[in-house]
Amino acid sequence: MAAVTHSRGAEFAAGLRDELPLLVGVAPFGVSFGAYAVASGVSAPLAQAMSVIIFGGASQFIAVQAFAAGAPAGVIVFTVALVNLRHLLYGAALAPHLATTPRGWRAALAYLMTDEAYVVTARHFEAGDVGRHGRWYMFGAGIALWTCWQLTTAVGLLIGDTVPDSWALDFALPVTFIAIAVPAIRGRGALAAAAVAGVVAVLGHGWTYETGLIAAILAGIAAGVLSQRGDAASERTS
Amino acid sequence: MTRWLVVMAAGVATYGIRSSLLFAGGRVTMPAAARSALRFVTVAALAALIVPAVLYVGSPGHFDAGPGNERILAALLAAVIARMTGSIWLTVITGMGTFWLLSALM
Repeated sequence: MAAVTHSRGAEFAAGLRDELPLLVGVAPFGVSFGAYAVASGVSAPLAQAMSVIIFGGASQFIAVQAFAAGAPAGVIVFTVALVNLRHLLYGAALAPHLATTPRGWRAALAYLMTDEAYVVTARHFEAGDVGRHGRWYMFGAGIALWTCWQLTTAVGLLIGDTVPDSWALDFALPVTFIAIAVPAIRGRGALAAAAVAGVVAVLGHGWTYETGLIAAILAGIAAGVLSQRGDAASERTS
Repeated sequence: MTRWLVVMAAGVATYGIRSSLLFAGGRVTMPAAARSALRFVTVAALAALIVPAVLYVGSPGHFDAGPGNERILAALLAAVIARMTGSIWLTVITGMGTFWLLSALM
């Protein structure tokens, strides 16, 4: 099949549209960040600035927690970096698809490369029907998430934590991740990667600086590679 | 004031992490082994985010893999629907719906 060359507008709209269902999970997360920041004594301008400057949900929660605990500045910066370290791998995974994208574009896309924008974009790029304007897809997905994150942070700062815990809206984000992850598990390598990453993430849950998260992802990748190598070996012998 | 500097430094660090390989990757040709490993980044990262969010309940989270944790069945049903339909909307409706139903019943 010939590569489909979608227009810029079509790619941008597709990125926006594909990101929308994930916002169901992100929106309550943003509101609860705003509410948590206010409750922890972080000023509203600073909390909103965190959403703009850091733009990374889990790491912002941990930074607020560290502010409240009076942690040293260096430790807070280091912790945020470790929590976001997985994005290094996202950059590596998307780089081949953006090799011909101008530097200015890549600079903007890097800023927008969160978990939620990455998973949708990676799925789109790996589906293989990306035309010349694939960057517009990532931009659409990223800007949808960015807008949602800024607005819901502001809402959380204004209304505080008014949603009852029993609604368990924090569960909506992992559920949207399930919706992306499960269809992406094709083949034994991916299954091994998911299983091992899940187990290691549970084992490393309490580790300092969220190091369990990055350990889990690396262990999962290793498991995927090893299991695939095993497949190739058994194919050769049979 | 210090807090503002910390946020700026954390933002610079995060941006550096996000941009470094996105930039380097275009210039350096990646070995085949690295490319094949990177195919597992998405599922590994998502699993690492999902599983603790299901098995650790409350804030601060405590581990609960027992039948009293409604999130487990809700997550499993959501996974089945995700596998069958590939639809994010249906998966979210199933997952949250199951959770709320079980919470109401228990």
